[in-house]
Amino acid sequence: MRYEAPKTVAAAVALLSGVKGQARVLAGGTDLLIQMRAGRIEPELLVDIKGIPEMTSIVAEDGGFRVGAAVTCMELVEHTAFARAWPGVTDGVRLIGSIQVKGRATMGGNLCNASPAADSVPAMMAAGAVARIVGPKGMRDAPVENIPTGPGRTSLARDEIVISFLLPRRAPRSGDAYLRFTPRTEMDIAVVGAGVNLTLGDEGLCTQARVALGAVAEHAMLVPDAAAMLIGTSVDTAALDRLAAAASAACRPIDDKRGTKAFRIKVAGVIARRAAEIALQRAGRQG
Amino acid sequence: MTVSTMIKYEQKELKVVGTRPLRPDGVDKVTGRARYAADYNMPGQLIGKVLRSPHAHARIKSIDTSAAEALPGVKAVVTREDFPDMAVEYAAAGELTINFRDVTRNMMAREKVLYDGHPAAAVAATSESIARKALKLIKIDYEVLPHVIDVVEAMRPDAPLLHEEQYTEGVTPKPDRPSNVAKRMVFARGDVEAGFKQADVIVEREFNTKPVHQGYIEPQACLASYTEDGQAELWTSTQGHFVFRAQCAKVLQMDVSKIRVTPTEIGGGFGGKNNIYNEPLAIALSRKSHRPVKMVMTREEVFRATGPTSGANVKIKMGCTRDGRIAAAQAELNFQAGAFPGSSVPMASMCTFTRYDLANVRVVGNDVTVNRPKVAAYRAPGAPIAVFGVESVVDEMAKKLGIDPIEFRLRNAAREGTQTYYGPKFGPIGFIETLEQARAHPHYSAPLGPNQGRGIATGFWFNIGNETSAALNVNEDGTVTLMLGTVDVAGGSRAAMAMMVAEELGIDVDKVRPIIGDTSSLGFNFITAGSRGTFASGMATVVAARQAIEKMRQRVAKIREVPVEEVVWKNGQAQPVEDGTRQFAPMSLAEIAKVAGKTGGSIAGHAEINAQGAGPGFGTHIVDVEVDKQTGLVKIVRYTIVQDVGKAIHPAYVEGQLQGGAAQGIGWALNEEYVYGADGLLQNPGFLDYRVPVASDLPFIDTVIVEVPNPNHPYGVRGCGEVPIIAPMAAIANAIESAIGIRLFEQPMSPPRVLKAIEAEEARRGA
Amino acid sequence: MARHHVTATVNGDAVEFLCETQQTLLEVLRDELRLTGTKEGCGTGDCGACTVTVDGRLVCSCLVLGVEAEGKSIQTIEGMATGKDLHPLQRKFLEHAALQCGICTPGILIAARSLLERNPDPTEEEVRFWLAGNLCRCTGYHKVVEAVLDAARELRGA
Repeated sequence: MRYEAPKTVAAAVALLSGVKGQARVLAGGTDLLIQMRAGRIEPELLVDIKGIPEMTSIVAEDGGFRVGAAVTCMELVEHTAFARAWPGVTDGVRLIGSIQVKGRATMGGNLCNASPAADSVPAMMAAGAVARIVGPKGMRDAPVENIPTGPGRTSLARDEIVISFLLPRRAPRSGDAYLRFTPRTEMDIAVVGAGVNLTLGDEGLCTQARVALGAVAEHAMLVPDAAAMLIGTSVDTAALDRLAAAASAACRPIDDKRGTKAFRIKVAGVIARRAAEIALQRAGRQG
Repeated sequence: MTVSTMIKYEQKELKVVGTRPLRPDGVDKVTGRARYAADYNMPGQLIGKVLRSPHAHARIKSIDTSAAEALPGVKAVVTREDFPDMAVEYAAAGELTINFRDVTRNMMAREKVLYDGHPAAAVAATSESIARKALKLIKIDYEVLPHVIDVVEAMRPDAPLLHEEQYTEGVTPKPDRPSNVAKRMVFARGDVEAGFKQADVIVEREFNTKPVHQGYIEPQACLASYTEDGQAELWTSTQGHFVFRAQCAKVLQMDVSKIRVTPTEIGGGFGGKNNIYNEPLAIALSRKSHRPVKMVMTREEVFRATGPTSGANVKIKMGCTRDGRIAAAQAELNFQAGAFPGSSVPMASMCTFTRYDLANVRVVGNDVTVNRPKVAAYRAPGAPIAVFGVESVVDEMAKKLGIDPIEFRLRNAAREGTQTYYGPKFGPIGFIETLEQARAHPHYSAPLGPNQGRGIATGFWFNIGNETSAALNVNEDGTVTLMLGTVDVAGGSRAAMAMMVAEELGIDVDKVRPIIGDTSSLGFNFITAGSRGTFASGMATVVAARQAIEKMRQRVAKIREVPVEEVVWKNGQAQPVEDGTRQFAPMSLAEIAKVAGKTGGSIAGHAEINAQGAGPGFGTHIVDVEVDKQTGLVKIVRYTIVQDVGKAIHPAYVEGQLQGGAAQGIGWALNEEYVYGADGLLQNPGFLDYRVPVASDLPFIDTVIVEVPNPNHPYGVRGCGEVPIIAPMAAIANAIESAIGIRLFEQPMSPPRVLKAIEAEEARRGA
Repeated sequence: MARHHVTATVNGDAVEFLCETQQTLLEVLRDELRLTGTKEGCGTGDCGACTVTVDGRLVCSCLVLGVEAEGKSIQTIEGMATGKDLHPLQRKFLEHAALQCGICTPGILIAARSLLERNPDPTEEEVRFWLAGNLCRCTGYHKVVEAVLDAARELRGA
């Protein structure tokens, strides 16, 4: 098994294009090493991208943030300005694994590993994050919700790399939140995850909303029907009831060792509602 | 020859026992110096790996290891061909009994593989990656058979059969068809039918529990070196190195004296390290390869192939009169034994109702083989399962009658003189004291918030004694080296032993150095299990110390030329007896030791005993929970343990046992379970989906130590390690009922089950 | 398979080692450098027994490759005491009997030190959530949390 640590994106892409067999991007390694140890994958090449500056930095851009895909969860959680602008995305990132796992895990890895239960992904989708992708044909941007296509599968070509995410400028009176359900307080994979991002207008009515669910389908997904239940409302109990029902209705979960279909469907509504309540509180507090 | 020993409890002023010195193994453990089995290495060692069955049940038609043997770097391969068959022969191993015919089959399959993970071959190679490659080259032809993993299904006459020669023992006339029920047992007293007729309230319930694993953080590991003279050395993570030596010698047909087992520092056992797994394979691989062989289990192997505790189906029926007196109690315990017979159902049967003074009792226990790993002991084996049922039913009866749950138990509590239904009559015990102190504890009357509830439950364990030896040597400078044969399975027993020696000799505990000897250093020591470590080893230690004191009295009498009756040992020295006729200059331990060589040889004491008189332990637990009715999540808000330990030699270590045991019980109650697919394969062999409590899942756990001395131990010690795991499941079920009015009968009481019960109740009310 | 030649710093000392691509930092520490204080409990990042710091960052060494340690500064339990002086956390763990079998202790100590370096006055809840990645099966965490809070007190007062 070869290991390479390129210093530029171009070099990384060239390495991925140049190999016939399986190659893998090595970011935090917190999913990759487990899969290798279990014998589920046997790559012939690992491309360590942690030495590439634009992938490991957080910079302001157009009033928003461009976050390198290989920024670790802990670095993101410790970034005060980002956490203030996007507490929901930060909630999601903070829930990944343990402090130790967060010391290595990255948002790029969390997205591209494409577990349907990944904790940062629903919040990123709700936030409207846009992924910047580089491949042999050049650079392109894609909304995060277009990337996961199934368990362990993405829409990326085998030699494309997500290099950064753009979290857009925040409209005033906006708030986001991510909640998940797990049987223990920490260390579990989400049985259900919900990310809600909303903006309030001058009259206190919701003018924009995005809702995404994780762990209730073959990939994390935006649920426009659920978001529609909030738009134009004051996010009162009735609206939240409709949100919960829409969230439950959108689920197409499986029975597995972490949860049954019925449980996921019921709890998706509960968690989506609670996340919306927190997002609302946060929006109300913003100037 | 072992000597039965009971040394009576003496009420006396204590200087060391009951204080909290630092543990002797502590500095090594906080600096990373402590050596656990996987930390040992020998020059030239090979890495051993096991090929495990991918099927829950299959006949082995053929095994072809030729390609593996030909792989460069592979130095030995073993299969069933390398181990002799064993006849049926029973031996005690911790609190369960083993059968050598099954031991050899569990460590290496012979005719069949009986569970996902069952060893079928093993290799030793120069590196781990070569060993793994070699496993892939071994070809085993399996004939897959239907499997059964549920205990109730396994008991049906048409269930797939694990052992064609297994006929249910304990049933007359002897059955004419084989069965997965290996053994049936009955414990009875009085007349339950008559008792139920007298009852004003009868509650009958059925409970189902899943298997759970002891969850020790250190996977099994061993290092074996077999040399051409037929001697073997083995370093291994074990709770009982003498028992491991005996079992290895047996299955490998070696003399016991030719195996020297050193117990390494152990990273948790809880009963799960009472059994050999890789050890005989490592020795056999070393014998074949002429090199040391190291075998370390992965976490996945620990879950797939080492013994969990039983899952079970439990039926409880109890009746009481209007004044809250239990009139009759009946139980049927159906326990999974795993692939081979020998679950903890006998012990569970004996603990089911034992907290109560009952005239009419009947407990039927069934030991049932299923296609899962062979079960091992787990901290008070079997009792938590049976007690989950009983303490839930007791709670229901109390509620039906409007009697406070502690008051109800007090009206029925066992006390000194109570005749148990499984045999003995109780001597002095502290059950009532624990109930009363629980009731008086501020926790019991603290206010509860919304969606919160409080539950109580009680536990009992016999605790054991058994064969134990110890040796004590007074060094030339008056310090003492204490050689113990019981493994210190984390409880701090070696510290407690050193404290008892210091107390007996009247010296600073700092001057006593305890070590655990290997099997060549001492006589037989039984496994550290059954809460016996501090009790039995303490007994042996005190016998050894008193023997040394006796020798020193003799020695000083000789040196000072006085009759030995004039010499007494007090305050760390030999001095004239009070009201004696002869005066002489006292001699301290150091002074005696300094001249010991010239006056007859160094001073030592030793003891080889079969410790009798272990004192039963009782505990009462109080738990507050908060239930999220929309998701079924149960949070532990507050937890208090009140337990009678006889005497807390080192109170901090006793507290640690109580808190640790309760934490395991909480995990068992809420989230831990083995998840199998319909294919009989284990789906959660890792700490991600086998959910033990993490630090943020638990609150501080308050402990109240009750001391009703065990009259059969010089310091009144009762074992304490097992009782605390027994009550949590029932206490939590009772607390949930108190919080939301719904009782759960299945463990774990995980969120999906709780939510389902809530929804079912809502539907029932709505209907 | 060709091995990588790696130079790094461990507990302040310069080290060099050879490793295959798939060997983890945990395997390197234990098998190549013979620093066996860091333990394997699960190999999948779920138990924290293998916790070390890499450039000051708390990580599971079973989830880091040996080759990724190139140029990095690694701290393990063997470096926690300074000469004969135990770190206050190590002393408090002994005083509070916050260890039993001790297999999780190295990982918990490294994790706790990392917490107190960032947050010298943590609440009980903060300690519990920070240590959620370190499983302990013996203690129920009670005395561990007490010891960490007490060590924090001493470090603040000192």
